[in-house]
Amino acid sequence: MSEIEPTITPYRDGPLIVRGGFMLLDQDGNPIETGRAPIALCRCGKSRNRPFCDGTHQVVRFRAASARDDGRAGTGRADENPMSD
Amino acid sequence: MDAIDLPEGGDPLVDEDMQLALYCCYELHYRGLAGVDEAWEWSPSLLELRGRLEEQFLAQLVELVGTPEPGGGEDWAEMDLALRAIADSDDSPSLSHHLQREGSADQFREFLMHRSAYQLKEADPHSWALPRLSGRPKAALVEIQADEYGGGRAERIHARLFADAMDAFGLDSRYGAYVERLPASTLATVNLMSFFGLHRRWRGAIIGHLALFEMTSSVPNRRYGDAARRLGPDDPRATAFFDEHVEADAVHESVAAVDLAGGLARDEPEVAGDILFGARALIALEGRWASMLLKAWSQGSAALLPPLVTVGAGA
Repeated sequence: MSEIEPTITPYRDGPLIVRGGFMLLDQDGNPIETGRAPIALCRCGKSRNRPFCDGTHQVVRFRAASARDDGRAGTGRADENPMSD
Repeated sequence: MDAIDLPEGGDPLVDEDMQLALYCCYELHYRGLAGVDEAWEWSPSLLELRGRLEEQFLAQLVELVGTPEPGGGEDWAEMDLALRAIADSDDSPSLSHHLQREGSADQFREFLMHRSAYQLKEADPHSWALPRLSGRPKAALVEIQADEYGGGRAERIHARLFADAMDAFGLDSRYGAYVERLPASTLATVNLMSFFGLHRRWRGAIIGHLALFEMTSSVPNRRYGDAARRLGPDDPRATAFFDEHVEADAVHESVAAVDLAGGLARDEPEVAGDILFGARALIALEGRWASMLLKAWSQGSAALLPPLVTVGAGA
């Protein structure tokens, strides 16, 4: 396990990339084997390899900003997913 | 070496001699060619010939995807969206769909033979870019390449995993074993990377190539993995390469588009147009390659050249 401070980065229209030292646990506290670092966690909900990303967000054209949503206004992008509000 | 006349006219991307000549010139910079003096790598006369081959190659790329836009000016904070738009515009036929659903075991083996021209040196052409980058894009490329090279474990190097898959399918996994069988359209996909990678002037293009490669890799590799499970032996080596790429490239995709390509566009806006050019060239050449395979297969044949026959051996 790395000593580096863990970071979690939501990438635009993509997964959550987790870097640094971290443990991935299921809800019962059992470790989930990652096999690599960094890892990409599914953010669109459609991966067949959850909790990891498998690229399916592209197929379903998942749209999400990298920065925090403000909860009211849209991102202003023409291709914004209406379901994300 | 005396000057060699190059053929004129025609499409260099499907010219067998042209692509094989380029491939051999480039191979001197990777693992070399058996029986060829290593000094040829920096022979001025051979480099001059390679330069003329590259001029024709580049002219045809421009013909296919247009001249690289001059960079600078624009705000390149959205390079990842520009690359995504290129990926979304790809209307090439899907080789992975075909192999997942209906391809034969022979077709899958042939697919592996074609891919071996790159996959047995996977990541190497993009590594040429490392000393030409700094800061954020350099760190991003290292993050990706470290994974490509197995994170320091030789048995996890992606080229090794690919060789394992070839072994599981009963193919010859030795480096370069099938080069003589591979048509120009296949060699062109690898020459594209070597051309961009070896020229610092094209650092933007090799980064754009890698970014789009990673952005269009996870989903097809899931399908190739399904195909390997359906068609291959009950052997974990048959599928490990593809399964690894589903997860690995899901990470690389974001890092390559945002941190690597986006980072380079911010550092050096003047190469932003080259990044997009490299991405478009990848789509164009991969599309032609996939179309070639699917066309041959739909006619019940293979897109391979006949094996070379040694004439007058021992004479």
